[in-house]
Amino acid sequence: MPIVSPGFTGRRQSPDVQLPPGQYLAEDFPVLTAGPTPRVPTDRWQFTINTEAGQRYDWSWQQLVELPAEKITTDIHCVTKWSKLGTRWKGVSLDVLLEDVETAADFALVQSYGGYTTNLPLEDLVDGQAWIAYRYDGDELTPEHGGPARLLVPHLYFWKSAKWVRGIQLLLEDEPGFWESAGYHDYGDPWREQRYQGD
Amino acid sequence: MSHVDGNALAGDLREIFAVDLTAATGQCSGCGYKGPVASLRVYQSAPGTVARCPHCEEVVLRLVRGRDRAWLDLRGTVSLEIPLP
Repeated sequence: MPIVSPGFTGRRQSPDVQLPPGQYLAEDFPVLTAGPTPRVPTDRWQFTINTEAGQRYDWSWQQLVELPAEKITTDIHCVTKWSKLGTRWKGVSLDVLLEDVETAADFALVQSYGGYTTNLPLEDLVDGQAWIAYRYDGDELTPEHGGPARLLVPHLYFWKSAKWVRGIQLLLEDEPGFWESAGYHDYGDPWREQRYQGD
Repeated sequence: MSHVDGNALAGDLREIFAVDLTAATGQCSGCGYKGPVASLRVYQSAPGTVARCPHCEEVVLRLVRGRDRAWLDLRGTVSLEIPLP
């Protein structure tokens, strides 16, 4: 029994905090990038959903920020083993963006400014699981963290939450993205520690 | 985010190829640029190592290290010209 109680300081300080296997708690927000940081002015930013049938749906920055937005507080887990708890975001749910999109697709390939891609099942982008996030911790999302807007899919390893997102290609067949085609797991569930192919 | 030069690839590539490949001449599949592996722009603050062409910034090499395996993706490289002793 400890003599000094840590007190009620919230989950961050709790020794009982549950992290996915193999993860450690990060207090800072590490910046990971596989190339130069794209700087996309919002007046030239566009988000596009292309369907498997060739239909195209576009949103300008102004159209995006006029859509109903949500505030999301969530834990995030990077495959390089850091986890950060209680991160605060604001963004538009993919449910809103996909609402009028007609598709029979089962898979999505997310595409970013700068050429990055990542793939995931379409069912992981809907039902309140994914957002196009454009604010972090009360401020505009900086380019280093993927601004002006990034995908946020916090239930999967954070490489799936593509920075500098510019669109989604909907697909009938799965197509591996940037890391998924170079050894990383196709799905990437941190609670099942799906880091690499074969995990 | 800053990068370092291709000499940073020496250790990882030597482990796999048993020779120092940084002196090899690679050709970029994006723009055709030819230059030594040591001249690539290497990004290491990422889930794997990414080397980009110094001319067009296309990805020419990706190296991911797992627990007991490594994956080397060279689809961005047309060829490697390797000096032999």
